[in-house]
Amino acid sequence: MTSAVAAGETAIELTGIGKRFPGVIANHDIDITIQAGTIHALVGENGAGKSTLMKILYGVQKPDDGTIKVNGAEVSFATPSDAIAHGLGMVFQHFMLADNLTVLENVVLGAESLHGIGDDARAEITRISEVYGFGLDPDELVESLGVGERQRVEILKVLFRGARIIILDEPTAVLVPHEVDALFENLRRLRDQGHTLIFISHKLDEVLAIADHITVIRRGTTVASVLPSETTSRGLAELMVGSELPSPSTEESTVTETVLLAVRDLEVTDEDGRQELAEISFDIHAGEIVGIAGVEGNGQTELVEAIIGMRHLSRGTVTMSGTDITHWTTRQRRESGIGYIPEDRHRHGLLLDSPLWENRILGHQSRPPSVVGPWLNLRGARADAERIIAEYDVRTPGVGTNARALSGGNQQKFIVGREMSGDPKILVASHPTRGVDVGAQAQIWSHIKAARKDGLAVLLISADLDELIGLSDSIRVLLRGRLVGRFDPQSVTPQELGSAMTGAGDDR
Amino acid sequence: MNVLRRVLLGLAAPVLALIVAGLFTTLLLLLTGDDVGGFWDTMLSWPKNRNLVNILNSASVLYLSGVAAAIGFRMNLFNIGVEGQYKVAMFAAAVFAGQAWLPGKLNVIAAVLVAMIAGAIWAGIAGILRTTRGVSEVISTIMLNAIAGPLVGYFLAKWGQSTGNSTQTKPIPEESWVGGITIFSDSVTKLYGLSLLAVVVGVLFWLVLNRTRFGFDLRATGSSESAAIASGVNTKRMIVISMLLSGAVAGLVGLPVLFGNSHNYGASFQAGLGFAGIAVALLGRNNPVGIAFGALIFAFLTEQGNLLNIMAGISPDIVAVTQGVIVIAVVIAYEVVRRARTRIEQAAVADALAAEKGAAA
Repeated sequence: MTSAVAAGETAIELTGIGKRFPGVIANHDIDITIQAGTIHALVGENGAGKSTLMKILYGVQKPDDGTIKVNGAEVSFATPSDAIAHGLGMVFQHFMLADNLTVLENVVLGAESLHGIGDDARAEITRISEVYGFGLDPDELVESLGVGERQRVEILKVLFRGARIIILDEPTAVLVPHEVDALFENLRRLRDQGHTLIFISHKLDEVLAIADHITVIRRGTTVASVLPSETTSRGLAELMVGSELPSPSTEESTVTETVLLAVRDLEVTDEDGRQELAEISFDIHAGEIVGIAGVEGNGQTELVEAIIGMRHLSRGTVTMSGTDITHWTTRQRRESGIGYIPEDRHRHGLLLDSPLWENRILGHQSRPPSVVGPWLNLRGARADAERIIAEYDVRTPGVGTNARALSGGNQQKFIVGREMSGDPKILVASHPTRGVDVGAQAQIWSHIKAARKDGLAVLLISADLDELIGLSDSIRVLLRGRLVGRFDPQSVTPQELGSAMTGAGDDR
Repeated sequence: MNVLRRVLLGLAAPVLALIVAGLFTTLLLLLTGDDVGGFWDTMLSWPKNRNLVNILNSASVLYLSGVAAAIGFRMNLFNIGVEGQYKVAMFAAAVFAGQAWLPGKLNVIAAVLVAMIAGAIWAGIAGILRTTRGVSEVISTIMLNAIAGPLVGYFLAKWGQSTGNSTQTKPIPEESWVGGITIFSDSVTKLYGLSLLAVVVGVLFWLVLNRTRFGFDLRATGSSESAAIASGVNTKRMIVISMLLSGAVAGLVGLPVLFGNSHNYGASFQAGLGFAGIAVALLGRNNPVGIAFGALIFAFLTEQGNLLNIMAGISPDIVAVTQGVIVIAVVIAYEVVRRARTRIEQAAVADALAAEKGAAA
């Protein structure tokens, strides 16, 4: 157990941290000083080196250079257990909980030696829960808990293990606005009790709201250390990107009268006959972007797959330019002009171990320029892959490079370029800028906007409310498989969307 | 990544595997106190012309078997049933050709088709079970192997002819034999005429796999089924078609021997070719050219191994051990090389970006 350190002292001091991977410098010359009893935010674009730094701090990876001091003493962590022994704890973005176990069982799992697995442990969990206002019942099954509560279980897990310094990796990514407020309340209480919190995020408004100190990381190194009172989110963003901040903004409407995609009374059920989607009806016109907001897991994936033809409808119709395509295969739909940017590019968008020119063919196996009749057109596919690389600014040595070697943002730009090829009429874009850096995000947005101007109909599913508000001509909210609200992005606030997304204040 | 580097990386894994297998075999021989020097002298001696022809003959058969397995492997479909498929197909072809309903070479062509159809049907059962009932093709093809042997044996006993204490199908009329090709004038052993089927199959396999939409769909399904589905591939249909194709090629496996040497199918017909094909496909990385090398290496080892008993007093079974180690080592080596390749590529991407930035600055 680590003794409590008074506020004002240094909890963590990182000096000259560097980490190299073959061909990539993930971190170099990182200097961060974190005061005990504060919330210290670490911001930076995706790929700036935040995750590597946190892995180093948590003992998952060893740094090549530099020193780590915890509470003034130099340490060297070989494994996360060493870090835990020094009072560090990490709350991962993706929860690591067993749904079929209770809160108690999840918490004691792997830490049985601390307070046993019985009443001692239950008492300790109840105590922690009360001190920090978590409101968790140790005997409740995790599967019955909401996202916010699950996150509190994760935090409780690290507190149970005696952590005084807690790293939170993008904790708000999975939360809706009012859950974020609740989390922040918990975090402030933790801080007031003397805990040190490291808050990793790229949501700048949240960082400004919660942090006592902010360190900005860009291209693997610390570029600035600021106080929230002395900066704005725009200023922070510029530090992160190192240049002007791109922002999604709607210009004059390009929505036309032509309905390209019409969905009527769509219903999808799972294998057991339970409704996953019901009573879904909407139109998308040429030149229109319809945004779908919702907490993940409320039917977004099913909706996308139903429209793309990967999932069978149990009821309803999908019509494209007046043609009923309800019973068409995925290939027929793609051939007739539906582009698809999948939410998981590794699983659905790319052949990772195939070169880019082969990935150009994927999804376009039956259309020029990649095929001639039943034959592949290798030259055509290569030339068109070259075109995508040039037009969409994909950073790669060439078309022969395997997709796996590219960074996430470049993979995504390539996918967007491919799906925009062959003049699609409809684009189904599922989280098109998830996990890509700000630069790539701006490029992808401008490509989507340009295509809309040319009459593309876009179904945009996103968890990024700024993206939804900035790009969409109208926003629908998906809650428990039903469309529950319709908003005008010009006037809607994130709070209004958030309450619709959680069903708060909803009559249904 | 330039061509030379690609080729070198491609060769690295099999060469590594051969070296490991060689070391392991040497170690095993040292432990058992066998004549290590004699082993290597025998194995590495240049085969006589007669043996060279034998090597080519068995390599062509192994190649067909290897391609049959590889068609499935390329889309992550583990057709372990080549063994049973070629047994069923051989029996069907031998019975058909033995009836001599068609004259001369027409009989051969028809029998080849019969063999392919029989093999395809036997494999197709596994494909249908997989797509309609979700039965793993690994299980069903193994089961079908187990059924194929007794089934063929039963029909053989019922309809076959007995000479001495062996039973076989009615012999193929001499006008339908496919004569051998003389390679070396001083050798009586000839190359089976139907060995050329291996070349045809190899070229077609390469062409379909790398140059057609169908081949692309197949490879895409193999490297990521989820991405293939999202791209519009009907994977269920692909599973059935690949199983049928795999079985059809498996049906060809025994034909060179049937028409070139044995002229009937009996209990003494060589077994185990289907399983050897799986190993050969693994060794050749399911690649048309790679499988050819794999088949040649396996055929070479077996042929040379036959001399071990006479030349060095070692049981030829040691060669089977070597072959087994090669297969295990090659699987590991390919993974090692794949990771190295990814690292090299990522470094190349980083270099290219760094150069770009340098130029821009």
